Amino acid sequence: MKRHLISAADLSRADAVLILDTAEELAALADRPIKKLPTLRGRTVVNLFYEDSTRTRISFEAAAKRLSADVINFSAKGSSVAKGESLKDTALTLEAMGADAVVIRHGASGAAHRLASWVHGSVLNAGDGTHEHPTQALLDAFTIRRRLRGDGTPGARGAGLDGLRVTIVGDVLHSRVARSNVLLLSTLGAEVTLAAPPTLLPLAVGSWPCAVSYDLDAELPKSDVVMMLRVQQERMGAAYFPSVREYSRRYGLDAARMARLPEHAIVMHPGPMNRGVEIAADVADSVRSTIVEQVANGVTTRMAVLYLLLGGMEFPEVAQ
Amino acid sequence: MTAAGPARGGAAKPRWLIRGATIAGSGDGFRVADIAISGESVAAVESGLDHAGATVLDADGLVALPGLVDLHTHLREPGREDAETVETGTAAAALGGYTAVHAMANTDPVADTAGVVEQVWRLGQMAGHCDVQPVGAVTVGLAGTRLAELGTMADSAARVRVFSDDGRCVADPLLMRRALEYVKAFDGVIAQHAQDPRLTEGAQLNEGEMSARLGLAGWPAVAEEAIIARDCLLAAHVGSALHVCHVSTAGSAEIIRWAKAKGWQVTAEVTPHHLLLTDELAAGYDPVFKVNPPLRTDADVTELRRALADGTIDCVATDHAPHPVEAKETEWSEAAFGMTGLETALRVVQHAMVDTGLLDWAGVADRMSVQPARIGRLRGQGVPLTAGAPANITLYDPAAPAEPVIASGASKSRNSPFAGMHLPGRVVATFLRGTPTVLDGKLALSR
Repeated sequence: MKRHLISAADLSRADAVLILDTAEELAALADRPIKKLPTLRGRTVVNLFYEDSTRTRISFEAAAKRLSADVINFSAKGSSVAKGESLKDTALTLEAMGADAVVIRHGASGAAHRLASWVHGSVLNAGDGTHEHPTQALLDAFTIRRRLRGDGTPGARGAGLDGLRVTIVGDVLHSRVARSNVLLLSTLGAEVTLAAPPTLLPLAVGSWPCAVSYDLDAELPKSDVVMMLRVQQERMGAAYFPSVREYSRRYGLDAARMARLPEHAIVMHPGPMNRGVEIAADVADSVRSTIVEQVANGVTTRMAVLYLLLGGMEFPEVAQ
Repeated sequence: MTAAGPARGGAAKPRWLIRGATIAGSGDGFRVADIAISGESVAAVESGLDHAGATVLDADGLVALPGLVDLHTHLREPGREDAETVETGTAAAALGGYTAVHAMANTDPVADTAGVVEQVWRLGQMAGHCDVQPVGAVTVGLAGTRLAELGTMADSAARVRVFSDDGRCVADPLLMRRALEYVKAFDGVIAQHAQDPRLTEGAQLNEGEMSARLGLAGWPAVAEEAIIARDCLLAAHVGSALHVCHVSTAGSAEIIRWAKAKGWQVTAEVTPHHLLLTDELAAGYDPVFKVNPPLRTDADVTELRRALADGTIDCVATDHAPHPVEAKETEWSEAAFGMTGLETALRVVQHAMVDTGLLDWAGVADRMSVQPARIGRLRGQGVPLTAGAPANITLYDPAAPAEPVIASGASKSRNSPFAGMHLPGRVVATFLRGTPTVLDGKLALSR
């Protein structure tokens, strides 16, 4: 694996499978009374968050702490960022403090990429603008593999997602989750279809390794996985679609639509959800929904990434 | 003469003999000859001239071009002297082979009054590295709502003829019509920065595969092309002169070709970077490649080269846009738009146009000197090298081995997208009205 994780495109199939397998090993920890490993003792992980994202930050924090790393949370609010310090100066400061890894969430596409050119430690992209969010894609892949390849147990080691049909629905144009998932899921062998109004798809989407549909209803009966994307508040009223009501009617997942899915199919959402907009409450809370599971899997997947980027290849602590 | 050159004050005027240069004139192909300079003028262009007492400059293998003229330069003074000053910007221009530059109006304060354009004009005279012709703003404060005092700027000592809100588009069609009409009274031209503001809100990179992959807001070609089409129709309607700044798409070239075929007074420029670089360079998110209009695709580059070669695009203009380091060492979306270009323009044009067989040196003289001087209504510039012409001369060595471009030159700023690229050629000397501003590739004026 590379030193950084900035784009899902950085991962080969072997890399991705190794991360998922490692996450399976680490998931075993969650069932133990003591959930902590000494692997990253003495290493420092900085969570550098320029955007409010409590769930992603807490997930990375929990992952690093379970591996015994020292965690420094650096949030844009109340820091020197508010005084106008540049990303580069912040990077050099973190460097001077000896950060072994920097987990960055930033509103600008490419921020993680830029950061990696200024620090020596590993850079983990926790979401950059409308570019990518690779650990979200990894935790989604992990969730899909567990549900549809391993009966919810760690039995699917070594497997990819070959032949699984994943439909990603919604604002693909502005979604870092969609970009990372298209890249990673196709690397793992899944057949990805994007379903969205044309206004919310990039013009050049034809060059992506996926299919495109404007008709969600036509895609549902052949989907093993439906992944709903959040409709951002700022898109509403910006002429991407006439009204929230119409969006919901055409691309929202309600109980009637869910009924068109094959029996084994699962419903995913990266959160936070707009209940009643892209997903109905009874769908979000149904047995098909993996939304809460995704959160739990986020911690183990991020542990695996930190472990592989910082720790090394062996982990005898969980080998038995 | 548009400006008093440094030669004017001296009692003993220098005499130079440039020996054995390849003369690239407009329309007359080229020939090898000596150039004798007497005072501020070319005394003779003949073979075997023997001027005893003259300083001889051996120009064997060098191309002699009429001094280059840039229609589009940001000198940043007044207001952003941390990025560039008239002194440093014109020094960079001279090193790039330029004898005249047009200073864009988006300074602080904006060059929208006679006072500011006269100040810039005087700073240029004081610097002496090349002529500085100020461009006046079309609208007050570049705000796009009220016309600036165009006539007063035209009547000022700066003799403004080119007006532009460059950096912003005159988007209001009525205001654009009035501006085009109004400047007819004093043979002016409106140089439009063609960018529909609504279609480019928050735009960061050419809309295409790269913008989709990188998650950068797309900058559609149509945002440029729609304004150019509209402006061509407006210019035709009122019978005025339109100049299109920094054409960046194949579609724009096609519209301009159509407008010219109609016989309308439309001219256009292309930058060196749009002749060579593409949006693929944004892959690493290095904002040194962030520019307005954005870098486009290979197909656009190919068409822009063809349009420059066939004269659809009249000239090369640098859009030299210096920025301090901190404006570029940042996230892409936070970074300033713009690239430096004065010191590399001729080398890029050789690489993109001459070495590819698209343009000969006479063509380069036309597109980089004659045409920009004509469009800018500049007196005493862009005159082919014949006896009696002003001695504005660029001596260029096209056979100099391709060396990597060094970002730090005379410009105060280092945001060159060509830094590290191997480009051929070297500007050896520049003469401004008979006085060398550059000799042996170095600034000749001591200060």
